[in-house]
Amino acid sequence: MSALLEVRNLKKYFKTGGAWLHAVDGINFTLNEGKTLGVVGESGCGKTTLGRVILHLLEPTDGQVIFDGKDWTNPKKTELAKMREEMQIIFQDPYASLNPRMSVSEIIMEPLILQGKLSKAQIREETVRLMDTVGLAVRFGNAYPHELDGGRRQRIGVARALALNPKFIVCDEPVSALDVSIQAQIINLLLDLQEEYGLAYMFVTHDLSVVNYISDDIMVMYLGQAVEKAPAEELFDRPLHPYTKALLSAIPIPDIHNQTKRIIMQGEITSPINPKPGCRFMDRCQYISPECANPQTLEEPSPNHFVACCRSNIINT
Amino acid sequence: MTDILLEISDLVIEYHTDDAVIHALNGINLTIKQGETIGLVGETGAGKTTIARSIMRILQTPPAKFCSGKIVFQDQDIMALSEKEMRKIRGNKIAMIFQDPMTALNPVHRIGDQITEAVGLHNHVSRAEAQIRAGKMLEMVGIPASRFKEYPHQFSGGMKQRVVIAMALACNPILLLADEPTTALDVTIQAQVLEMMRELKERLGTSVVMITHDLGIVAQTCNSVAVIYAGEIVEYGTAEHIFDYPSHPYTIGLFNSLPKLGSRERRLKPIKGLMPDPTNLPTGCKFYDRCPDATKACSLCSPDIIEISPGHSVKCIMREVSS
Repeated sequence: MSALLEVRNLKKYFKTGGAWLHAVDGINFTLNEGKTLGVVGESGCGKTTLGRVILHLLEPTDGQVIFDGKDWTNPKKTELAKMREEMQIIFQDPYASLNPRMSVSEIIMEPLILQGKLSKAQIREETVRLMDTVGLAVRFGNAYPHELDGGRRQRIGVARALALNPKFIVCDEPVSALDVSIQAQIINLLLDLQEEYGLAYMFVTHDLSVVNYISDDIMVMYLGQAVEKAPAEELFDRPLHPYTKALLSAIPIPDIHNQTKRIIMQGEITSPINPKPGCRFMDRCQYISPECANPQTLEEPSPNHFVACCRSNIINT
Repeated sequence: MTDILLEISDLVIEYHTDDAVIHALNGINLTIKQGETIGLVGETGAGKTTIARSIMRILQTPPAKFCSGKIVFQDQDIMALSEKEMRKIRGNKIAMIFQDPMTALNPVHRIGDQITEAVGLHNHVSRAEAQIRAGKMLEMVGIPASRFKEYPHQFSGGMKQRVVIAMALACNPILLLADEPTTALDVTIQAQVLEMMRELKERLGTSVVMITHDLGIVAQTCNSVAVIYAGEIVEYGTAEHIFDYPSHPYTIGLFNSLPKLGSRERRLKPIKGLMPDPTNLPTGCKFYDRCPDATKACSLCSPDIIEISPGHSVKCIMREVSS
């Protein structure tokens, strides 16, 4: 199967004062139709920036984004509109990402109006269909976002992203602002839609139990780089990178008899401004050695399981 | 009994707005024992924070209205105290960690001075001594005392939350109210902060009220748990009871809606619907609309909370019948 989305050595640096902040620093991955890539990491690791660069909401510093066989790294204005029909995003905060002065139906129909392909009547029809698809009662069409709760608002965000029939959606922490009981409703909705429309998702989150549930592959990011990438089950069963191990052990498990030993990491995520060439996790790692000061590359110790740690062989035997 | 530190009985609190009355707490009964950690679990808007704020007596009135009930802390009725007497307790014997470390600190004061202020207010010590104690508190939460003179914006989120914790613990409180202390933090930092709170609690023997919506944190830190729904406690028991034998349909629903690590089921089991509108609560069981086991009787009258086994109580008519 050919890849729907291919990201090659993608970089995004921000200039801060006289220095460069390496937000995304050489990310590679491919994503097939109908599949989900989970991207996990702490705040500030560049996961949101990665999503935005892929959608060209931010211009990449270097690298390539290839979608459906076309190079869409630096699209022209006319191409950009076409690109938006294929790639969409659901934002993290259902409170901030909806225009408070537009009614629910206006928000959902806006992409269709901008696209300019349908007549007014068709757009109205389509809006009703979209609301139905995401489980919003039609009576909310004339309501404003502030009248609805977080779960329903996030459904508006989902409907808006679906409006143009995209093939790929970046889900940027779509459930982290919601309560667990509502969170489950939205995740089920996303899974249903994926099945029905064959959507590919890039699911950005810091919640590891959610990402395990929804993803086919998982990429763990640390300070702009991928430190480990593997199929979801494999990653949870056999994490190889010391950071992934610490991250997994830090999840509070809702089981009173759980006796796993927690790895408490020292220190906090270091600054992404002008990082040193070596392993970026070095300062917090318990397996540190002199080789760690060299640049790390992603190796594939077992099929489809990639890890960027020069000591991976030693610490995992 | 002497080991009861705080007793809340039949607490009813409403918020009065221009066009509606919000029934935030509808008869809360809760006791907190010396040295225990009790978890308050529930959705946004269930009333968890209102409970903590009424213990601290920092609810703004109006809009909040204290309708009835009692909060007895060390044989004193907190609701009957004057503001002056309350100030001696607040921040001294009872302290609170707020959810958002980014807004809980004053951005224009040095963090050291903010802790020193708390120490100086409640203890008859010189400023120099208060500063020494503030420095010690910082080191206890793992921040070098050399950063005493820095401002909040110079710290990361996890560090700011440590500062907030240091401030809360500065006067050795007997009761610590932790309102979602780690919700704003990353999991790895959360693990650090929880570990630190556990150590401090062991060392100082503080009772902790842990407000959270994360059942994982409850499992990790709490001795007993109260599940709150629409301003009522629907289930109360030891952590073992709640996790091994969850009995209220809402508690069971909460557990089912969590994605389980390692399980590859394709669908989650959410609780259908939403919490009832707190301005217009139903007369019967407040969970009636969303409950998979609801019967006609459930919609008619609100069930009593009954003990189904020693120390484990449930507010559900079905459990009433079966016991």
